[in-house]
Amino acid sequence: MNNLQRNKIRDKAFKYFGVTCTFFGIFILGVFLFGIINDGVSRINWDFLTNLPSYRPKRAGILTAWTGTLWIFGLTAIIAIPLGIAAAIYLEEYGKKSWFANLLEINITNLAGVPSIIYGILGLEIFVRLAGLGGSLLAGSFTLSLLILPVIIVATREALKAVPLTTRTASYALGATKWQTIWNLILPASLSSIITGIILALARAVGETAPLIVIGALAYVPFVAKTPMDEFTVMPIQIFNWISRPQHGFTINAAAAIIILLAFVFVMNGIAVYIRIKAKKKSH
Amino acid sequence: MKSIKEKIIESILFTCALITVLTTLGIIWVLLSQSYSFFSEVSISEFLTDKEWTPLFSQKHFGIMPLVTGTLLTTFIAICVALPMGLTIAVYLNEYAPKGIRKTVKPILEILAAVPTVVYGFFALVVVTPFLQSIIPGLSGFNALSPGIVMGIMIIPFISSLSEDALAAVPKTLREASYGMGATKLQTSFKVLIPAASSGIIASVILALARAIGETMIVAIAAGQQPRLTFDPTVPVETITTYIVQVSMGDVPHGSLEYKTIFAAGITLFALTFLLNNISFWINKRYQQKYE
Repeated sequence: MNNLQRNKIRDKAFKYFGVTCTFFGIFILGVFLFGIINDGVSRINWDFLTNLPSYRPKRAGILTAWTGTLWIFGLTAIIAIPLGIAAAIYLEEYGKKSWFANLLEINITNLAGVPSIIYGILGLEIFVRLAGLGGSLLAGSFTLSLLILPVIIVATREALKAVPLTTRTASYALGATKWQTIWNLILPASLSSIITGIILALARAVGETAPLIVIGALAYVPFVAKTPMDEFTVMPIQIFNWISRPQHGFTINAAAAIIILLAFVFVMNGIAVYIRIKAKKKSH
Repeated sequence: MKSIKEKIIESILFTCALITVLTTLGIIWVLLSQSYSFFSEVSISEFLTDKEWTPLFSQKHFGIMPLVTGTLLTTFIAICVALPMGLTIAVYLNEYAPKGIRKTVKPILEILAAVPTVVYGFFALVVVTPFLQSIIPGLSGFNALSPGIVMGIMIIPFISSLSEDALAAVPKTLREASYGMGATKLQTSFKVLIPAASSGIIASVILALARAIGETMIVAIAAGQQPRLTFDPTVPVETITTYIVQVSMGDVPHGSLEYKTIFAAGITLFALTFLLNNISFWINKRYQQKYE
Protein backbone atom coordinates (compact mmCIF):
# COMPACT_ATOMS: atom_id res chain seq x y z
CA MET A 1 0.00 0.00 0.00
CA ASN A 2 1.51 3.33 -0.94
CA ASN A 3 1.17 6.71 0.67
CA LEU A 4 -1.59 7.90 -1.61
CA GLN A 5 -3.85 4.96 -0.86
CA ARG A 6 -3.19 5.30 2.84
CA ASN A 7 -4.14 8.97 2.77
CA LYS A 8 -7.31 8.18 0.88
CA ILE A 9 -8.29 5.55 3.43
CA ARG A 10 -7.61 7.99 6.26
CA ASP A 11 -9.72 10.57 4.49
CA LYS A 12 -12.63 8.13 4.14
CA ALA A 13 -12.26 7.02 7.75
CA PHE A 14 -12.45 10.59 8.97
CA LYS A 15 -15.52 11.20 6.86
CA TYR A 16 -17.36 8.35 8.56
CA PHE A 17 -16.08 9.48 11.94
CA GLY A 18 -17.44 12.95 11.18
CA VAL A 19 -20.84 11.56 10.21
CA THR A 20 -20.87 9.49 13.40
CA CYS A 21 -20.03 12.49 15.61
CA THR A 22 -22.58 14.72 13.92
CA PHE A 23 -25.37 12.22 14.21
CA PHE A 24 -24.31 11.19 17.70
CA GLY A 25 -25.35 14.64 18.91
CA ILE A 26 -28.70 14.36 17.19
CA PHE A 27 -29.04 10.76 18.34
CA ILE A 28 -28.47 11.74 21.99
CA LEU A 29 -31.08 14.48 21.63
CA GLY A 30 -33.48 11.89 20.24
CA VAL A 31 -32.82 9.29 22.95
CA PHE A 32 -33.22 11.90 25.56
CA LEU A 33 -36.52 13.28 24.25
CA PHE A 34 -37.88 9.79 23.74
CA GLY A 35 -36.91 8.77 27.29
CA ILE A 36 -38.58 11.77 28.84
CA ILE A 37 -41.75 11.42 26.78
CA ASN A 38 -41.84 7.73 27.66
CA ASP A 39 -41.53 8.51 31.38
CA GLY A 40 -43.81 11.47 31.60
CA VAL A 41 -46.48 11.55 28.96
CA SER A 42 -48.91 9.25 30.78
CA ARG A 43 -48.78 11.56 33.79
CA ILE A 44 -50.06 14.56 31.83
CA ASN A 45 -53.77 15.06 32.31
CA TRP A 46 -56.17 17.80 33.28
CA ASP A 47 -55.59 17.35 37.01
CA PHE A 48 -51.83 17.65 36.56
CA LEU A 49 -52.31 21.02 34.87
CA THR A 50 -54.84 22.37 37.36
CA ASN A 51 -53.69 20.96 40.72
CA LEU A 52 -51.74 22.90 43.33
CA PRO A 53 -48.43 21.50 44.59
CA SER A 54 -48.70 18.61 47.04
CA TYR A 55 -46.45 16.38 49.08
CA ARG A 56 -48.15 13.40 47.46
CA PRO A 57 -46.72 12.95 43.96
CA LYS A 58 -49.97 11.63 42.46
CA ARG A 59 -51.89 14.69 43.64
CA ALA A 60 -49.28 17.30 42.83
CA GLY A 61 -49.91 19.60 39.88
CA ILE A 62 -48.20 22.40 38.04
CA LEU A 63 -50.87 25.10 38.15
CA THR A 64 -48.76 27.57 40.14
CA ALA A 65 -45.68 26.73 38.07
CA TRP A 66 -47.10 27.32 34.61
CA THR A 67 -49.05 30.39 35.61
CA GLY A 68 -45.84 31.72 37.19
CA THR A 69 -43.95 31.04 33.97
CA LEU A 70 -46.61 32.88 31.93
CA TRP A 71 -46.41 35.86 34.33
CA ILE A 72 -42.63 35.95 34.10
CA PHE A 73 -42.80 35.60 30.32
CA GLY A 74 -45.25 38.50 29.96
CA LEU A 75 -43.58 40.86 32.42
CA THR A 76 -40.10 40.17 31.07
CA ALA A 77 -41.35 40.83 27.54
CA ILE A 78 -42.92 44.15 28.59
CA ILE A 79 -39.71 45.29 30.32
CA ALA A 80 -37.02 43.89 28.06
CA ILE A 81 -38.41 44.43 24.54
CA PRO A 82 -38.68 48.24 24.53
CA LEU A 83 -35.43 48.66 26.47
CA GLY A 84 -33.52 46.31 24.20
CA ILE A 85 -34.81 47.77 20.94
CA ALA A 86 -34.23 51.34 22.12
CA ALA A 87 -30.68 50.58 23.26
CA ALA A 88 -29.92 48.84 19.97
CA ILE A 89 -31.28 51.75 17.94
CA TYR A 90 -29.08 54.14 19.88
CA LEU A 91 -25.98 52.00 19.41
CA GLU A 92 -26.57 51.30 15.74
CA GLU A 93 -28.03 54.59 14.50
CA TYR A 94 -26.85 57.35 16.83
CA GLY A 95 -23.72 56.89 18.88
CA LYS A 96 -21.61 55.07 16.38
CA LYS A 97 -18.24 56.68 16.44
CA SER A 98 -17.69 58.00 19.94
CA TRP A 99 -15.39 56.35 22.46
CA PHE A 100 -18.46 55.87 24.61
CA ALA A 101 -20.19 53.79 21.93
CA ASN A 102 -17.08 51.68 21.76
CA LEU A 103 -17.20 51.16 25.51
CA LEU A 104 -20.90 50.23 25.32
CA GLU A 105 -20.11 47.67 22.66
CA ILE A 106 -17.34 45.93 24.64
CA ASN A 107 -19.56 46.08 27.68
CA ILE A 108 -22.46 44.30 25.96
CA THR A 109 -20.16 41.55 24.69
CA ASN A 110 -18.99 41.07 28.25
CA LEU A 111 -22.50 41.07 29.70
CA ALA A 112 -23.53 38.34 27.28
CA GLY A 113 -20.84 36.14 28.84
CA VAL A 114 -21.71 36.74 32.50
CA PRO A 115 -23.11 33.53 34.08
CA SER A 116 -26.84 33.72 34.71
CA ILE A 117 -26.43 33.05 38.42
CA ILE A 118 -24.45 36.31 38.76
CA TYR A 119 -27.50 38.15 37.43
CA GLY A 120 -29.39 36.41 40.22
CA ILE A 121 -26.99 37.89 42.78
CA LEU A 122 -27.41 41.33 41.19
CA GLY A 123 -31.20 40.99 41.28
CA LEU A 124 -31.10 39.85 44.89
CA GLU A 125 -29.30 42.98 46.06
CA ILE A 126 -30.81 45.57 43.70
CA PHE A 127 -34.41 44.51 43.13
CA VAL A 128 -35.21 42.27 46.08
CA ARG A 129 -33.45 44.26 48.82
CA LEU A 130 -32.64 47.79 47.63
CA ALA A 131 -35.85 48.37 45.66
CA GLY A 132 -37.79 46.39 48.26
CA LEU A 133 -39.61 44.20 45.77
CA GLY A 134 -38.96 41.00 47.74
CA GLY A 135 -39.07 37.64 46.02
CA SER A 136 -41.86 38.86 43.74
CA LEU A 137 -42.71 38.27 40.10
CA LEU A 138 -41.60 41.82 39.37
CA ALA A 139 -38.15 41.29 40.91
CA GLY A 140 -37.79 38.08 38.91
CA SER A 141 -38.83 39.74 35.66
CA PHE A 142 -36.45 42.67 36.13
CA THR A 143 -33.61 40.24 36.80
CA LEU A 144 -34.37 38.14 33.72
CA SER A 145 -34.80 41.30 31.62
CA LEU A 146 -31.26 42.37 32.42
CA LEU A 147 -30.12 38.84 31.61
CA ILE A 148 -31.65 38.78 28.11
CA LEU A 149 -31.04 42.45 27.29
CA PRO A 150 -27.65 41.81 25.64
CA VAL A 151 -29.19 39.04 23.51
CA ILE A 152 -32.01 41.33 22.30
CA ILE A 153 -29.60 44.21 21.66
CA VAL A 154 -27.21 42.10 19.59
CA ALA A 155 -30.04 40.57 17.52
CA THR A 156 -31.73 43.95 16.94
CA ARG A 157 -28.46 45.57 15.87
CA GLU A 158 -27.87 42.81 13.33
CA ALA A 159 -31.38 43.39 11.98
CA LEU A 160 -30.92 47.16 11.74
CA LYS A 161 -27.56 46.72 10.06
CA ALA A 162 -29.17 44.63 7.31
CA VAL A 163 -31.41 47.51 6.15
CA PRO A 164 -29.76 48.88 2.96
CA LEU A 165 -28.23 52.35 2.97
CA THR A 166 -30.40 53.38 0.00
CA THR A 167 -33.50 53.21 2.22
CA ARG A 168 -31.97 55.76 4.58
CA THR A 169 -30.61 58.12 1.95
CA ALA A 170 -33.92 58.09 0.04
CA SER A 171 -35.75 59.03 3.20
CA TYR A 172 -33.33 61.83 4.08
CA ALA A 173 -33.55 63.15 0.53
CA LEU A 174 -37.29 63.56 1.01
CA GLY A 175 -36.61 65.70 4.06
CA ALA A 176 -37.41 63.17 6.76
CA THR A 177 -35.65 63.51 10.10
CA LYS A 178 -33.50 60.79 11.56
CA TRP A 179 -36.21 59.53 13.89
CA GLN A 180 -38.86 59.64 11.16
CA THR A 181 -36.58 57.50 9.01
CA ILE A 182 -36.00 55.02 11.81
CA TRP A 183 -39.62 54.83 12.88
CA ASN A 184 -41.28 54.77 9.45
CA LEU A 185 -38.76 52.86 7.37
CA ILE A 186 -35.93 51.12 9.19
CA LEU A 187 -37.93 49.51 11.99
CA PRO A 188 -40.68 48.12 9.71
CA ALA A 189 -38.05 46.79 7.32
CA SER A 190 -36.14 44.96 10.05
CA LEU A 191 -39.14 43.96 12.16
CA SER A 192 -39.19 40.24 11.36
CA SER A 193 -35.52 39.76 12.25
CA ILE A 194 -36.00 41.74 15.44
CA ILE A 195 -38.99 39.60 16.41
CA THR A 196 -37.00 36.42 15.74
CA GLY A 197 -34.24 37.60 18.09
CA ILE A 198 -36.72 38.63 20.77
CA ILE A 199 -38.54 35.30 20.71
CA LEU A 200 -35.27 33.39 21.08
CA ALA A 201 -34.25 35.62 23.98
CA LEU A 202 -37.60 35.14 25.72
CA ALA A 203 -37.38 31.38 25.20
CA ARG A 204 -34.12 31.54 27.09
CA ALA A 205 -35.72 33.53 29.92
CA VAL A 206 -38.49 30.93 30.24
CA GLY A 207 -35.94 28.14 30.72
CA GLU A 208 -33.82 29.97 33.30
CA THR A 209 -33.73 28.53 36.80
CA ALA A 210 -30.66 29.62 38.71
CA PRO A 211 -31.15 33.42 38.84
CA LEU A 212 -34.73 33.00 40.04
CA ILE A 213 -33.66 30.62 42.80
CA VAL A 214 -31.09 33.17 43.96
CA ILE A 215 -33.60 36.04 44.10
CA GLY A 216 -35.78 33.82 46.27
CA ALA A 217 -38.46 32.31 44.04
CA LEU A 218 -39.99 29.54 46.05
CA ALA A 219 -40.33 25.87 45.27
CA TYR A 220 -43.61 25.60 47.17
CA VAL A 221 -46.23 28.22 46.35
CA PRO A 222 -49.74 27.17 47.31
CA PHE A 223 -51.59 29.87 45.37
CA VAL A 224 -51.79 31.29 41.87
CA ALA A 225 -50.11 34.70 41.55
CA LYS A 226 -52.61 37.53 41.01
CA THR A 227 -50.44 40.63 40.95
CA PRO A 228 -46.82 41.28 39.92
CA MET A 229 -45.95 41.72 43.60
CA ASP A 230 -46.90 38.15 44.52
CA GLU A 231 -44.40 35.44 45.36
CA PHE A 232 -44.05 32.86 42.66
CA THR A 233 -42.58 29.70 41.27
CA VAL A 234 -41.89 28.77 37.65
CA MET A 235 -41.77 25.53 35.67
CA PRO A 236 -37.97 25.04 35.84
CA ILE A 237 -37.94 25.54 39.62
CA GLN A 238 -40.82 23.11 40.06
CA ILE A 239 -38.92 20.58 37.93
CA PHE A 240 -35.74 21.13 39.95
CA ASN A 241 -37.67 20.64 43.17
CA TRP A 242 -39.21 17.38 41.97
CA ILE A 243 -35.90 16.04 40.65
CA SER A 244 -34.32 16.66 44.06
CA ARG A 245 -36.79 14.34 45.80
CA PRO A 246 -36.11 10.66 46.25
CA GLN A 247 -39.62 9.28 45.56
CA HIS A 248 -40.04 7.80 42.11
CA GLY A 249 -43.45 9.45 41.73
CA PHE A 250 -41.84 12.88 41.73
CA THR A 251 -39.35 11.83 39.05
CA ILE A 252 -42.32 10.95 36.84
CA ASN A 253 -43.88 14.34 37.67
CA ALA A 254 -40.61 16.03 36.71
CA ALA A 255 -40.57 14.23 33.36
CA ALA A 256 -44.17 15.27 32.70
CA ALA A 257 -43.42 18.89 33.57
CA ILE A 258 -40.32 18.80 31.36
CA ILE A 259 -42.45 17.71 28.39
CA ILE A 260 -44.64 20.77 28.85
CA LEU A 261 -41.69 23.13 29.35
CA LEU A 262 -39.88 21.73 26.30
CA ALA A 263 -43.03 21.95 24.20
CA PHE A 264 -43.29 25.64 25.09
CA VAL A 265 -39.60 26.36 24.40
CA PHE A 266 -39.57 24.39 21.13
CA VAL A 267 -42.77 26.03 19.86
CA MET A 268 -41.18 29.42 20.50
CA ASN A 269 -38.00 28.39 18.68
CA GLY A 270 -40.14 27.01 15.85
CA ILE A 271 -42.04 30.27 15.49
CA ALA A 272 -38.74 32.17 15.41
CA VAL A 273 -37.35 29.92 12.67
CA TYR A 274 -40.63 30.16 10.73
CA ILE A 275 -40.58 33.97 10.80
CA ARG A 276 -36.95 33.95 9.69
CA ILE A 277 -37.62 31.65 6.74
CA LYS A 278 -40.72 33.58 5.71
CA ALA A 279 -38.84 36.88 5.83
CA LYS A 280 -36.06 35.40 3.69
CA LYS A 281 -38.54 34.29 1.04
CA LYS A 282 -40.15 37.74 1.00
CA SER A 283 -36.85 39.50 0.41
CA HIS A 284 -36.00 37.36 -2.61
CA MET B 1 -39.82 72.26 17.25
CA LYS B 2 -38.87 69.22 15.22
CA SER B 3 -35.30 69.29 16.41
CA ILE B 4 -36.35 69.39 20.06
CA LYS B 5 -38.42 66.26 19.55
CA GLU B 6 -35.46 64.59 17.85
CA LYS B 7 -33.21 65.52 20.75
CA ILE B 8 -35.65 64.18 23.32
CA ILE B 9 -35.95 60.87 21.46
CA GLU B 10 -32.20 60.57 21.21
CA SER B 11 -31.75 61.10 24.91
CA ILE B 12 -34.43 58.49 25.72
CA LEU B 13 -32.66 55.98 23.51
CA PHE B 14 -29.35 56.91 25.10
CA THR B 15 -30.78 56.28 28.57
CA CYS B 16 -31.87 52.81 27.52
CA ALA B 17 -28.39 52.06 26.19
CA LEU B 18 -26.95 53.36 29.46
CA ILE B 19 -28.81 50.62 31.37
CA THR B 20 -26.34 48.06 30.04
CA VAL B 21 -23.48 50.02 31.59
CA LEU B 22 -25.40 50.38 34.83
CA THR B 23 -25.91 46.59 34.84
CA THR B 24 -22.18 46.00 34.69
CA LEU B 25 -21.47 48.63 37.32
CA GLY B 26 -24.26 47.13 39.45
CA ILE B 27 -22.76 43.65 39.24
CA ILE B 28 -19.31 44.90 40.14
CA TRP B 29 -20.58 47.12 42.95
CA VAL B 30 -22.76 44.41 44.52
CA LEU B 31 -20.02 41.79 44.36
CA LEU B 32 -17.28 44.12 45.61
CA SER B 33 -19.19 45.78 48.44
CA GLN B 34 -20.52 42.52 49.88
CA SER B 35 -17.24 40.68 49.40
CA TYR B 36 -15.46 43.56 51.08
CA SER B 37 -17.41 43.03 54.26
CA PHE B 38 -16.85 39.27 53.90
CA PHE B 39 -13.10 39.75 53.62
CA SER B 40 -13.04 42.02 56.65
CA GLU B 41 -14.03 38.94 58.66
CA VAL B 42 -12.18 36.25 56.71
CA SER B 43 -8.64 36.89 55.50
CA ILE B 44 -7.92 36.56 51.80
CA SER B 45 -5.06 34.16 52.49
CA GLU B 46 -7.43 31.85 54.39
CA PHE B 47 -9.91 32.14 51.52
CA LEU B 48 -7.30 31.11 48.97
CA THR B 49 -5.28 28.53 50.90
CA ASP B 50 -7.63 26.76 53.34
CA LYS B 51 -8.40 23.29 52.02
CA GLU B 52 -11.95 23.12 53.37
CA TRP B 53 -15.17 25.00 52.61
CA THR B 54 -17.67 24.54 55.42
CA PRO B 55 -19.36 27.92 56.10
CA LEU B 56 -22.69 26.25 56.91
CA PHE B 57 -21.28 23.93 59.61
CA SER B 58 -20.42 24.80 63.20
CA GLN B 59 -16.72 24.17 62.47
CA LYS B 60 -16.35 26.90 59.84
CA HIS B 61 -13.69 26.89 57.15
CA PHE B 62 -13.59 29.38 54.30
CA GLY B 63 -11.25 27.92 51.70
CA ILE B 64 -12.65 28.46 48.20
CA MET B 65 -10.30 25.88 46.62
CA PRO B 66 -12.63 22.85 46.94
CA LEU B 67 -15.35 24.78 45.06
CA VAL B 68 -12.84 25.91 42.43
CA THR B 69 -11.54 22.39 41.85
CA GLY B 70 -15.13 21.10 41.64
CA THR B 71 -15.89 23.73 39.02
CA LEU B 72 -12.69 23.07 37.07
CA LEU B 73 -13.18 19.30 37.20
CA THR B 74 -16.70 19.34 35.72
CA THR B 75 -15.61 21.96 33.18
CA PHE B 76 -12.57 19.89 32.17
CA ILE B 77 -14.72 16.80 31.61
CA ALA B 78 -17.18 18.86 29.57
CA ILE B 79 -14.42 20.22 27.34
CA CYS B 80 -12.97 16.71 26.89
CA VAL B 81 -16.34 15.76 25.39
CA ALA B 82 -17.17 18.95 23.54
CA LEU B 83 -13.82 19.86 21.97
CA PRO B 84 -13.14 16.69 19.92
CA MET B 85 -16.82 16.25 19.04
CA GLY B 86 -17.40 19.90 18.24
CA LEU B 87 -14.26 20.28 16.16
CA THR B 88 -14.89 17.05 14.23
CA ILE B 89 -18.44 18.16 13.49
CA ALA B 90 -17.17 21.57 12.38
CA VAL B 91 -14.61 20.03 10.00
CA TYR B 92 -17.12 17.49 8.69
CA LEU B 93 -19.80 20.10 8.05
CA ASN B 94 -17.32 22.49 6.49
CA GLU B 95 -15.36 20.18 4.18
CA TYR B 96 -17.24 16.92 3.74
CA ALA B 97 -20.98 17.36 4.18
CA PRO B 98 -23.17 18.28 1.21
CA LYS B 99 -24.66 21.77 1.45
CA GLY B 100 -28.15 20.46 2.21
CA ILE B 101 -26.95 18.45 5.20
CA ARG B 102 -24.97 21.38 6.57
CA LYS B 103 -28.00 23.63 6.32
CA THR B 104 -30.29 21.23 8.19
CA VAL B 105 -27.81 19.83 10.72
CA LYS B 106 -26.52 23.14 12.06
CA PRO B 107 -29.89 24.39 13.36
CA ILE B 108 -30.75 20.93 14.74
CA LEU B 109 -27.49 20.89 16.71
CA GLU B 110 -28.23 24.37 17.95
CA ILE B 111 -31.39 23.00 19.58
CA LEU B 112 -28.95 21.35 22.01
CA ALA B 113 -28.09 24.81 23.32
CA ALA B 114 -31.74 25.90 23.49
CA VAL B 115 -32.87 23.13 25.87
CA PRO B 116 -33.28 24.55 29.41
CA THR B 117 -30.39 23.40 31.59
CA VAL B 118 -32.64 22.01 34.32
CA VAL B 119 -33.75 19.48 31.71
CA TYR B 120 -30.12 18.45 31.12
CA GLY B 121 -29.78 18.04 34.87
CA PHE B 122 -32.66 15.58 34.85
CA PHE B 123 -31.01 13.74 31.96
CA ALA B 124 -27.69 13.53 33.82
CA LEU B 125 -29.21 12.28 37.06
CA VAL B 126 -31.90 9.93 35.75
CA VAL B 127 -30.33 8.55 32.55
CA VAL B 128 -26.56 9.10 32.37
CA THR B 129 -25.55 8.39 35.98
CA PRO B 130 -27.34 4.98 36.17
CA PHE B 131 -25.86 4.09 32.78
CA LEU B 132 -22.34 5.01 33.92
CA GLN B 133 -22.85 3.13 37.17
CA SER B 134 -23.44 -0.04 35.19
CA ILE B 135 -20.01 0.44 33.57
CA ILE B 136 -18.04 1.92 36.49
CA PRO B 137 -18.96 -0.04 39.63
CA GLY B 138 -17.62 2.39 42.25
CA LEU B 139 -19.40 5.44 40.86
CA SER B 140 -21.49 7.24 43.46
CA GLY B 141 -24.98 8.57 42.75
CA PHE B 142 -23.69 12.12 42.67
CA ASN B 143 -20.41 12.60 40.81
CA ALA B 144 -18.51 14.98 38.55
CA LEU B 145 -18.38 12.62 35.56
CA SER B 146 -22.03 12.44 34.60
CA PRO B 147 -22.86 16.18 34.73
CA GLY B 148 -19.48 16.87 33.07
CA ILE B 149 -20.37 14.68 30.10
CA VAL B 150 -23.89 16.10 29.80
CA MET B 151 -22.54 19.65 30.03
CA GLY B 152 -20.12 18.68 27.25
CA ILE B 153 -23.04 17.64 25.03
CA MET B 154 -24.77 20.92 25.81
CA ILE B 155 -21.82 23.05 24.70
CA ILE B 156 -21.07 21.08 21.50
CA PRO B 157 -23.01 23.59 19.36
CA PHE B 158 -20.99 26.50 20.79
CA ILE B 159 -17.80 24.92 19.49
CA SER B 160 -19.17 23.32 16.31
CA SER B 161 -21.09 26.37 15.05
CA LEU B 162 -18.49 29.02 15.84
CA SER B 163 -15.59 26.87 14.63
CA GLU B 164 -17.47 26.10 11.44
CA ASP B 165 -17.92 29.83 10.88
CA ALA B 166 -14.18 30.32 11.44
CA LEU B 167 -13.30 27.51 9.00
CA ALA B 168 -15.69 28.88 6.39
CA ALA B 169 -14.02 32.29 6.68
CA VAL B 170 -10.62 30.96 5.61
CA PRO B 171 -9.88 32.40 2.15
CA LYS B 172 -10.65 30.05 -0.74
CA THR B 173 -7.16 30.45 -2.19
CA LEU B 174 -5.59 28.62 0.78
CA ARG B 175 -7.95 25.69 0.34
CA GLU B 176 -7.46 25.52 -3.42
CA ALA B 177 -3.69 25.74 -3.12
CA SER B 178 -3.77 22.75 -0.79
CA TYR B 179 -5.95 20.70 -3.14
CA GLY B 180 -3.74 21.75 -6.00
CA MET B 181 -0.81 20.14 -4.23
CA GLY B 182 -2.76 16.88 -4.16
CA ALA B 183 -3.75 16.98 -0.48
CA THR B 184 -6.83 15.07 0.67
CA LYS B 185 -9.70 16.82 2.44
CA LEU B 186 -8.40 15.50 5.74
CA GLN B 187 -4.92 16.87 5.17
CA THR B 188 -6.31 20.19 3.97
CA SER B 189 -8.56 20.44 7.02
CA PHE B 190 -6.00 19.65 9.66
CA LYS B 191 -2.84 21.06 8.13
CA VAL B 192 -4.17 24.16 6.40
CA LEU B 193 -7.66 25.19 7.48
CA ILE B 194 -7.50 24.53 11.23
CA PRO B 195 -4.17 26.34 11.67
CA ALA B 196 -5.51 29.23 9.57
CA ALA B 197 -8.73 29.41 11.57
CA SER B 198 -7.06 28.66 14.89
CA SER B 199 -7.80 32.00 16.53
CA GLY B 200 -11.51 31.70 15.78
CA ILE B 201 -11.54 28.12 17.01
CA ILE B 202 -9.68 28.97 20.21
CA ALA B 203 -12.08 31.86 20.82
CA SER B 204 -15.04 29.49 20.46
CA VAL B 205 -13.48 26.99 22.89
CA ILE B 206 -12.83 29.69 25.48
CA LEU B 207 -16.42 30.87 25.14
CA ALA B 208 -17.61 27.31 25.69
CA LEU B 209 -15.30 27.03 28.73
CA ALA B 210 -16.77 30.18 30.24
CA ARG B 211 -20.24 28.81 29.64
CA ALA B 212 -19.38 25.53 31.37
CA ILE B 213 -17.82 27.29 34.37
CA GLY B 214 -20.93 29.39 34.87
CA GLU B 215 -23.38 26.53 34.29
CA THR B 216 -25.49 25.93 37.35
CA MET B 217 -28.43 23.58 37.16
CA ILE B 218 -26.77 20.49 35.65
CA VAL B 219 -24.11 20.39 38.35
CA ALA B 220 -26.52 21.43 41.10
CA ILE B 221 -28.71 18.44 40.25
CA ALA B 222 -26.18 15.74 39.41
CA ALA B 223 -22.79 16.59 40.97
CA GLY B 224 -23.79 16.71 44.60
CA GLN B 225 -23.27 19.29 47.34
CA GLN B 226 -20.05 18.18 49.01
CA PRO B 227 -17.16 20.61 48.61
CA ARG B 228 -14.12 18.37 48.21
CA LEU B 229 -10.57 19.12 47.17
CA THR B 230 -10.22 16.35 44.60
CA PHE B 231 -9.87 15.61 40.92
CA ASP B 232 -11.55 12.22 41.27
CA PRO B 233 -14.53 12.27 38.88
CA THR B 234 -16.39 9.43 40.61
CA VAL B 235 -17.18 11.10 43.94
CA PRO B 236 -19.62 13.91 44.78
CA VAL B 237 -18.19 17.43 44.46
CA GLU B 238 -19.62 20.94 44.68
CA THR B 239 -19.11 23.75 42.19
CA ILE B 240 -19.14 27.49 42.92
CA THR B 241 -22.52 27.83 41.22
CA THR B 242 -24.04 24.91 43.15
CA TYR B 243 -22.94 26.45 46.41
CA ILE B 244 -24.71 29.72 45.56
CA VAL B 245 -27.89 27.78 44.78
CA GLN B 246 -27.55 25.74 47.96
CA VAL B 247 -27.33 28.86 50.14
CA SER B 248 -30.18 30.53 48.24
CA MET B 249 -32.48 27.57 48.90
CA GLY B 250 -31.70 27.48 52.62
CA ASP B 251 -32.68 29.83 55.44
CA VAL B 252 -29.50 31.82 55.79
CA PRO B 253 -30.25 35.15 57.52
CA HIS B 254 -29.54 38.27 55.48
CA GLY B 255 -26.35 40.07 56.50
CA SER B 256 -24.76 37.11 58.26
CA LEU B 257 -21.30 35.87 57.36
CA GLU B 258 -22.86 32.76 55.77
CA TYR B 259 -24.98 35.03 53.57
CA LYS B 260 -21.93 37.00 52.46
CA THR B 261 -20.16 33.83 51.33
CA ILE B 262 -22.29 33.74 48.18
CA PHE B 263 -20.83 37.09 47.15
CA ALA B 264 -17.28 35.90 47.78
CA ALA B 265 -18.07 32.77 45.73
CA GLY B 266 -19.82 34.96 43.13
CA ILE B 267 -16.87 37.30 42.69
CA THR B 268 -14.57 34.30 42.18
CA LEU B 269 -16.91 32.97 39.49
CA PHE B 270 -17.26 36.41 37.89
CA ALA B 271 -13.48 36.89 37.81
CA LEU B 272 -12.96 33.49 36.14
CA THR B 273 -15.57 34.02 33.40
CA PHE B 274 -14.69 37.69 32.90
CA LEU B 275 -11.09 36.73 32.24
CA LEU B 276 -12.04 33.99 29.77
CA ASN B 277 -14.57 36.15 27.92
CA ASN B 278 -12.04 38.92 27.46
CA ILE B 279 -9.36 36.56 26.19
CA SER B 280 -11.88 35.20 23.68
CA PHE B 281 -12.95 38.71 22.65
CA TRP B 282 -9.33 39.78 22.22
CA ILE B 283 -8.37 36.72 20.16
CA ASN B 284 -11.43 37.20 17.95
CA LYS B 285 -10.62 40.85 17.37
CA ARG B 286 -7.09 40.01 16.25
CA TYR B 287 -8.34 37.26 13.99
CA GLN B 288 -10.84 39.52 12.26
CA GLN B 289 -8.06 41.90 11.32
CA LYS B 290 -6.05 39.11 9.80
CA TYR B 291 -8.14 38.51 6.70
CA GLU B 292 -9.57 41.94 6.04
